[in-house]
Amino acid sequence: MKTIKVSVVTPNGPVYESDVEMVITKAQSGELGILPGHIPMVAPLAVGVVRLKEPGRKEEELVAVSGGFLEVRPDKVTILAQAAEKAEDIDVERALRAKERAEQRMKEQKVEDIDFRRAELALQRAINRLTVTGKQ
Amino acid sequence: MASLRDIKNSINSTKKMSQITKAMEMTSAAKWNRGVMNAKAFVPYMEKIQEVTVAVAMGSKGINHPMLQSRPVKKTGYIVMTSDRGLAGAFNSNVIRRVFQTIEKRHKSKDEYAIIAIGRVARDFFVKRGINVDLEIVGVSDQPSFESVKDITSSTVGMFSDGTFDELYLYYTHYKSAITQEVMEKKLLPLTDISTSSTLTSYEFEPSAEEILDVLLPQYAESLIYGALLDSKASEHAARMTAMRNATDNAKEMIKNYSLIYNRARQAAITQEIAEIVGGAAALE
Repeated sequence: MKTIKVSVVTPNGPVYESDVEMVITKAQSGELGILPGHIPMVAPLAVGVVRLKEPGRKEEELVAVSGGFLEVRPDKVTILAQAAEKAEDIDVERALRAKERAEQRMKEQKVEDIDFRRAELALQRAINRLTVTGKQ
Repeated sequence: MASLRDIKNSINSTKKMSQITKAMEMTSAAKWNRGVMNAKAFVPYMEKIQEVTVAVAMGSKGINHPMLQSRPVKKTGYIVMTSDRGLAGAFNSNVIRRVFQTIEKRHKSKDEYAIIAIGRVARDFFVKRGINVDLEIVGVSDQPSFESVKDITSSTVGMFSDGTFDELYLYYTHYKSAITQEVMEKKLLPLTDISTSSTLTSYEFEPSAEEILDVLLPQYAESLIYGALLDSKASEHAARMTAMRNATDNAKEMIKNYSLIYNRARQAAITQEIAEIVGGAAALE
């Protein structure tokens, strides 16, 4: 099967680089599956999981991304994320703590507060990380 | 001439000083190494986001995003990046001098501009001279992560969006090599001088070019600030390392001179003592 080159880059350095058969991401407008030979495209990403189907492997490689962009070219997909972690690099303890903290904060704040929105985003990121590690 | 003990004291204190400067050189060397690595790790991200931004901004004619358009300038913002501590040679003064000269040349009234100071040295300098410092950030870590400076970058970019500033300039030290660093001036916002070096790809936009620009441009501007900060940090440690190496070398030179004087004085004292003994013996005969 044909493959497409994928790289996930963050401000702190590249996180993932490989040839895969398919990339599945969550864009702000909905889920996107990208196969080799896709037309050039740019889309903003939502906080979510990027699933990568590597050739010859049954299970998908999972990368948690929070905020960023997807740039697609026929032979290459680049994901520009503000933060991205592979499942094995995620600190589960920290994510759990972040989740609790965010939930606590959301209870204390009013819904219209800016801090509420901030806590909500933090909660999303924490849950996203936990999903990737399969601890949720 | 100073007494033997005075010279001995000077030698000892200079030795202690050189030990300290040597230690500071070593810590700066370690930080410098990591700083350069951080700056390098950021390059792929920066290149990519630049490429995409250019492609989107150029490829979508007829879109008027506020960040891409120059508006009448009522107030200019200057972002100045220095270190929190001194002892880094001319690192801080070079940046500050450049900003100060530019301001004197461009503006007549103090209401026309304000400073966004990153680093204690810049803040202290401008506050002391009664220049408006709108935002100050001190205590940025030596290896800043993108998340840790997110607040700084987004509030700076926010000040442009909400109209506090009509243009933003960025002043920082660009790291060239361990011995050369250069002060850079960059127009951060509005992004009028986006240039193309690579061939443009025409993209499909999902959902639309406007919405993508809304997210992409602030992120691009933030990345520019973050990149400059990493560059500045690498330069700071390189400058401090060089400064401390010079200090250690100078201290060694001083110790050498003092030792010479010390030995000479010691010899003189011995000679005098012998002369006195000989003189005393001669008087007894």
